[in-house]
Amino acid sequence: MAGTRAGRPRRGPIRAGAGRGVPWPLLVPALLGLAFLVLPLIALLVRTPWHHLTEQLSSTEVWQALQLSLLCATAATALSLVIGVPLAWLLARVEFPGRGLVRALVTLPLVLPPVVGGVALLMALGRNGVIGQWLDSWFGITLPFTTAGVILAEAFVAMPFLVISVEGTLRAADPRYEEAATTLGASRFTAFRRVTLPLIAPGIAAGAVLAWARALGEFGATITFAGNFPGRTQTMPLAVYLALQSDPEAAIALSLVLLTVSIAVLAGLRDRWTTAS
Amino acid sequence: MTRTEKTAHTADAPGPGAEGLDAHLVVDRGAFRLDVALTAAPGDVVALLGPNGAGKTTALRALAGLVPLDGGHLRLDGALLDRTPPESRPVGVVFQDYLLFPHLSALDNVAFGPRCRGAGKAEARARASELLDRMGLADHAGARPRRLSGGQAQRVALARALATRPRLLLLDEPLAALDARTRLDVRAQLRRHLAAFEAVAVLVTHDPLDAMVLADRLVVVEDGRVVQEGTPGDVARRPRTDYIAHLVGLNLYQGRADGHTVHVGAGPVITTTEDLTGPVFVAFPPGAVTLHRERPTASSARNLWRCEIAGLETHGDQIRADLTGELSLTADLTTPAAAELGLQPGVAVWATVKAAQTHAYPA
Repeated sequence: MAGTRAGRPRRGPIRAGAGRGVPWPLLVPALLGLAFLVLPLIALLVRTPWHHLTEQLSSTEVWQALQLSLLCATAATALSLVIGVPLAWLLARVEFPGRGLVRALVTLPLVLPPVVGGVALLMALGRNGVIGQWLDSWFGITLPFTTAGVILAEAFVAMPFLVISVEGTLRAADPRYEEAATTLGASRFTAFRRVTLPLIAPGIAAGAVLAWARALGEFGATITFAGNFPGRTQTMPLAVYLALQSDPEAAIALSLVLLTVSIAVLAGLRDRWTTAS
Repeated sequence: MTRTEKTAHTADAPGPGAEGLDAHLVVDRGAFRLDVALTAAPGDVVALLGPNGAGKTTALRALAGLVPLDGGHLRLDGALLDRTPPESRPVGVVFQDYLLFPHLSALDNVAFGPRCRGAGKAEARARASELLDRMGLADHAGARPRRLSGGQAQRVALARALATRPRLLLLDEPLAALDARTRLDVRAQLRRHLAAFEAVAVLVTHDPLDAMVLADRLVVVEDGRVVQEGTPGDVARRPRTDYIAHLVGLNLYQGRADGHTVHVGAGPVITTTEDLTGPVFVAFPPGAVTLHRERPTASSARNLWRCEIAGLETHGDQIRADLTGELSLTADLTTPAAAELGLQPGVAVWATVKAAQTHAYPA
């Protein structure tokens, strides 16, 4: 393949390696695209009320929202790990009929509008929901409009990121290590716990960070399923949206906090990737 | 010395209830079918030798329980293992690329098996460190696999497989991952460890030298079936398929003997010293062939065939010529001789072989 390509005469001004000769029909849209992604963030920084930022951020409501956001995103990630990693293992390692369909169902929340996810959660776990009515009458558990509801809504939206990431890592990992473990007397579960899990740890960590970041920014499913009660279900994105209607400066300040957290996550991920290689 | 003893031992295959390995492995894979019978007594080292795709590794995986049997049986020291899952079989495996767990130290790799089989942490580590000691790896106990050389990794893999005290040790191409230099050392070490191993060892290889150095008995597998078995010397002297003849560097023909003459198919005749009747193999080394441009008149060789050079290649410090014609054969000759004869592909030659240099044996 490389031979035939090398044999063909070069056309057009693109040259590998050299910075010259990038054709303008590609260069102009590329720069536009870059500007489109970066300019809004710069605008956010430009309009930030730096002089009274501290007083904007020191209000108890902001701290409540931030704490709740961090708590719920972390709890949702933990929940995703506990049930998502075994699900990824099942999808990657066990042949069963309808596996393709199951994989499609798992990825559905990735493309589903989060608001629809929230409505679906209400239908399932709401006070009159398919499962929720039993939870209510048997155990007295109510999930909608509680902090637990926020965690569920975030996990619903974020877990597919983790499952997809871990499944990919599992597929790339050599299954023969598990075979080697079984010939040494390990049951399939022991092989998973003592061999596979440590081997795919970097993939799990990357997936967890992705899921955590997604959970932190969750808006649609959360507001639909858990509402918007300060101190209980009002996470940062909800607080930003609410503040924007009454106090735009507060909204900007809150957005800045989320932006900082996102950049920190990105830096953390990059660090992990460079040390893993 | 021990080789002849061991072989005598093997001659009476262990029946049900006896010590050692008694296996008949049948694995069906649609187009490919493995059907191999394998018996060995404790202390035996058996090599499954065969070309790529012959089913050697499948046979090994079936012995380990990683591939289910579609037929036949598997008995080890009298116990039926057909349906036993791999983790419950008293079997140790050294995988081709070792598959040492990269996140564990050499010591913990070796201690993994004993831990899984119920030993306490301290006990498992003590056993592992004793084994590493025996392998001369005491200094590397704390090293991660990626810090080990190929030869060291191979010994750790062997120690890991031995740590569960298996009654059957399986080695898949144990030397294939090593470069030529380390291979020599590791082969000698492995031979010592295998000789000291008290239970059955089965190794899979496509390298006849590895097989002959390491094993007491060769089982040659081609296309899923056993085509020949015997001591390394026997198999090398009396190959029964083109594959082995090629491996040990012999010209091999199958024909019908009538006294000292062997008819190969309907065409050429080979004269031998052996007096045999019926189906036979005839083998002779390429070095026994002499080539002439003119029909030799004064040659004392009893065998004379008209051939044509099909190809030439250097082979060590000699030239190896592939010949077609009355009889297809390979001939080795010195470089000056090849130059003197003006050998080129397409050139017609006469090939002679003395009867005394052929070897005929019943098919």
